[in-house]
Amino acid sequence: MKLLNFFLIILILFSSNFLRADEIKLEKEITKNLRCLICQGQSVYDSDSEFAISLKLIVKNKINEGFTEDQIYKSLIEKYGEWILYDPQLNKNTYFLWFLPILIFLFGGAIILKKINKH
Amino acid sequence: MRNRIIYSLIVIFFLFVFVILYKGLSNSNLYTPKANIKSIPEFSSEIFLKKNTVNSSDIFNKKNYYLLNIWASWCLPCRDEHPLLINLSKNQKIEIIGLNYKDNLNNANKFINELGNPYSTILLDRDGTKAIEWGAFGVPESFLIYDNKIVKRYIGPLNLKLIDEIKNYIK
Repeated sequence: MKLLNFFLIILILFSSNFLRADEIKLEKEITKNLRCLICQGQSVYDSDSEFAISLKLIVKNKINEGFTEDQIYKSLIEKYGEWILYDPQLNKNTYFLWFLPILIFLFGGAIILKKINKH
Repeated sequence: MRNRIIYSLIVIFFLFVFVILYKGLSNSNLYTPKANIKSIPEFSSEIFLKKNTVNSSDIFNKKNYYLLNIWASWCLPCRDEHPLLINLSKNQKIEIIGLNYKDNLNNANKFINELGNPYSTILLDRDGTKAIEWGAFGVPESFLIYDNKIVKRYIGPLNLKLIDEIKNYIK
C-alpha cells in the first residue's frame, strides 16, 4: 500500500510538471508574438521594461485561469489595438497585407509562364 | 511606346514612394495605436494605506467627471505634473483618483506628504497588471472619465495646456 502511494505521488508530481511545461511553452509563444509597445523593436518576451514585465504576468495569469491563446490576444487587442501583435490576424484591415505577396507571386509566375511559352 | 509606358510607371512608382516617405518624416517615431477601449475596465484593488479593497464600480459610480492618474514616487515626470493635479483638485466638478504603480509604499507616502495629496482615493497596483487592464503604457498616464466611459486619455505628464483642455471638458 505504501509503495502504491509512493508511486501515485511520483505520478502526480510528474504529470503536474508536464502540465506546467506546456503552460510555460505557451506563455513563451504568446509573449514572443507581443510587441513591447514602449520599446523599440523588441518583443515582450525579450524586454525587461516595466510594461513588458507586467504584460508577461498578465499572460501567465490568464493561462492559469484557462484562457486560450486566441482569447488572450483578443483581450489585448481590445486594449492596445492590433499593433500589439507581431503576427496580425486576418481581417478586413489586413486582407491587403496577407494577399499582396500571393498576388505578386501569381503575377510573377504568369509573366514567367508567358515568356517560356513564347520561346 | 512600350518603353514610354514602362518609364512613366517607374516614375509614378518612385513618386508614390517618395510622397509616403516624405510624409513619414514629420510623423512621431513613437507610434501610439488607437485603442478600442472606451468603457472603464472592471477590477478590484487595495486602497493606499488602508486594508480594504474596493471595486471599480464603487469608485466611478457618480455621474461626475473623474480623472484617473497613474503615478509612482520613482517617476520624475509625475513630480512635475503633481502641482497641476493639486490645482485641479480644487475644482469641485472633478474627482481625481490615483493609481499607484509598482511603488514602494513608504516612498509613495513620503511623496504624498511632501507634495500634497490631490487624490480622493489612491488605488494600489503592485504588479502593474491593473494599469494594463486600463490599456496604459506606463507612468504618468491619465484618463478622463465620465459616466463610466473614457472620454480622453493622456499618455505622459499633464501640462498647463492639457489641464486647460480638461477644464474645458468639465465646464
